[in-house]
Amino acid sequence: MQRISNKSIIVSDKTMSFREKIYLPAIISGMIITFSHLFRKKTTIRYPEVKREFSAIYRGRQVLKRDDEGRERCTACGLCAVACPAEAITMMAAERKTGEENSYREEKYAAVYEINMLRCIFCGFCEEACPKEAIFLTEKLVFSDYERGNFIYGKQDLLEPVDPQNRIDVSKRETPEMLAFKQEINLRHNKK
Amino acid sequence: MTFSSYLFYFLSILAIYSAVMMLISKKPIHSVLYLTLTFFSIAGHYILLNAQFLAIVHIIVYAGAIMVLFLFTVMLLNLNTEEHSPKPVFVKLIAILTGGLLMIVFIGIFRGYDLAVFQDPALSQIGLVKNLGKVLYKEYLLPFELSSILFLTAMVGAVLLGKNEQI
Amino acid sequence: MTIYIIYKTILASVILIISLLVAMYSTLIERKMAGFFQDRLGPDRAGPWGLFQPLADGIKLFFKEEFMPNTADKFLYILGPSLTMLVALLTSAAIPWGPSFLINGKEYPFQVADINIGILYVFAIVSIGVYGIMIGGWASNNKYSLLGAIRASSQMISYELAMSLAIISIVMMTGSLSLNDIVAQQKGFHWNIWYQPLAFLIFLICAFAETNRSPFDLPECETELVGGYHTEYSSMKLGFYLFAEYINMFISGAVMATLFFGGYNFPFIDQLGLSPNILAIAGFFILMTKITFFGFVFMWVRWTLPRFRYDQLMRLGWKTLIPLAILNMVVTGVVILLNK
Repeated sequence: MQRISNKSIIVSDKTMSFREKIYLPAIISGMIITFSHLFRKKTTIRYPEVKREFSAIYRGRQVLKRDDEGRERCTACGLCAVACPAEAITMMAAERKTGEENSYREEKYAAVYEINMLRCIFCGFCEEACPKEAIFLTEKLVFSDYERGNFIYGKQDLLEPVDPQNRIDVSKRETPEMLAFKQEINLRHNKK
Repeated sequence: MTFSSYLFYFLSILAIYSAVMMLISKKPIHSVLYLTLTFFSIAGHYILLNAQFLAIVHIIVYAGAIMVLFLFTVMLLNLNTEEHSPKPVFVKLIAILTGGLLMIVFIGIFRGYDLAVFQDPALSQIGLVKNLGKVLYKEYLLPFELSSILFLTAMVGAVLLGKNEQI
Repeated sequence: MTIYIIYKTILASVILIISLLVAMYSTLIERKMAGFFQDRLGPDRAGPWGLFQPLADGIKLFFKEEFMPNTADKFLYILGPSLTMLVALLTSAAIPWGPSFLINGKEYPFQVADINIGILYVFAIVSIGVYGIMIGGWASNNKYSLLGAIRASSQMISYELAMSLAIISIVMMTGSLSLNDIVAQQKGFHWNIWYQPLAFLIFLICAFAETNRSPFDLPECETELVGGYHTEYSSMKLGFYLFAEYINMFISGAVMATLFFGGYNFPFIDQLGLSPNILAIAGFFILMTKITFFGFVFMWVRWTLPRFRYDQLMRLGWKTLIPLAILNMVVTGVVILLNK
């Protein structure tokens, strides 16, 4: 028979020798293998006490970042909603009034910002699209719920807290490569 | 009345009750199970007669092997679909005749048998395995071996019948 | 005489409780072992090292919904698991758990019933053990249950034969059917395993088949029969079936230790110069150690070998084990005759 590649293995249907027929040596060697597993290092992670480390590029639920002075970075430009392949993001823009300079960084801000977590596929395109470094994906998970309506996360769920202790660290995702990628001239919102 | 005589009456009533129930119960599976119960109560009688070996062998052979095979067959046959085909009068007459004949034979046997030779079973050691073995292999060696040859013949015959080949 | 009866009653209840406790904790050990063999940890949430897991399982089984199929045979449906449990507990009566106690110059044997045909008693119990499974499987009125029951019965009948034939050589060597005599003859280190390794191997394989443990767990094989004979069972009735399996494991471990590994005997038993009562307790713990070892072997094999196919099972039983057992019997007889 012509062999097309060297990957195939020719199976032989040979008659077994006496040693193979009594099966006992094979059984004993198999049992030695399983016995050696008794002393191996266990792979179990005892979850609530010990938590598994996420990889640096893990993409969990989104957070809306504030800047160092505690002002919302988002300016409701809508680029994330455009970039979203699952059409999970909706927002409504509003104009900043005088006296609100401490709350919003830009003159325009998102009055309503909603992500439907049932639609979201956690691709991270919103993060890549954002010109203001306002939205990031974190290691947090989206919890299960009984109502579909509860999966539409509003600003109260997504915004990070103001006080410095409870800020959400996204430095893992703010890599130099990411920043360089954001300066890429081909990205539409960076075009001069 | 001593404890063992209470036990005797209990086992006897159980044996007769389950034997009757075996005959009259509708489902074949129930009949088989009642028959098993009969065998167990008879094994109890053997123990009362100080014949432990016989009792245990009775349980192993009848309850443990033969009745399990019966149960097995009855389960596979699925006889639960009740079919009451009325039997012809001729068959019924013959059944009554043969049953009556068997009864006459039994009455004859019991009339000829002297029931007064009952002795204390605790004293008779014949049912214990050592004595039984000596009796079987010394006094009754020839019948014993002959019956074993009979069983062998039956086994070979069964295998031949099961082979389903032309000889 | 009354003291003797009270002693026997206490002994019987203690052994009953011990076998129930052992069976309870074997479920935990089984799951732990399964975990270890697969590089996991096994259950460790209920109590320290998961020690309360059997209790939690028991409570869970008690509070599960009691379900009975509409078309089931009501009486037999309940009789099945009860019979299985009863039969599983019966065997422990004939096993000698240790040397006799000596209190006030009177001898109290560490055995519930010294039957002079102990081995046959064990076999009688084993042979009626199949009824519980068959009745339960048939009464459920379910095709999978019936198939499981039929598999169980034919498997157990087939392997019973090889099992008893393997034991005949032991009986021939000892010259007695009493388990007490068989143990007494293996004093010190004269264990039967050194003289009858083949008989032990056959007995071990048959013990796996009789307890319906993997690799012979065809009666309840999940991949083909959903759950086998206990498909329709729930709540504590299912619990009885599962529990009886572990009791059977414990008892067959005890029988194997008694027949082949010297029961309560251990090397240099006489040289230590212990008093009879301490010796009885020590012997009991030695026997328990041996049983624990066999329990481990049962679990070890379960998590190593895949399940047999049904025709392979029958071929192994009828065409390999029975001829081997007969050969072993004949060779033993010839050797005994030559040594006379």
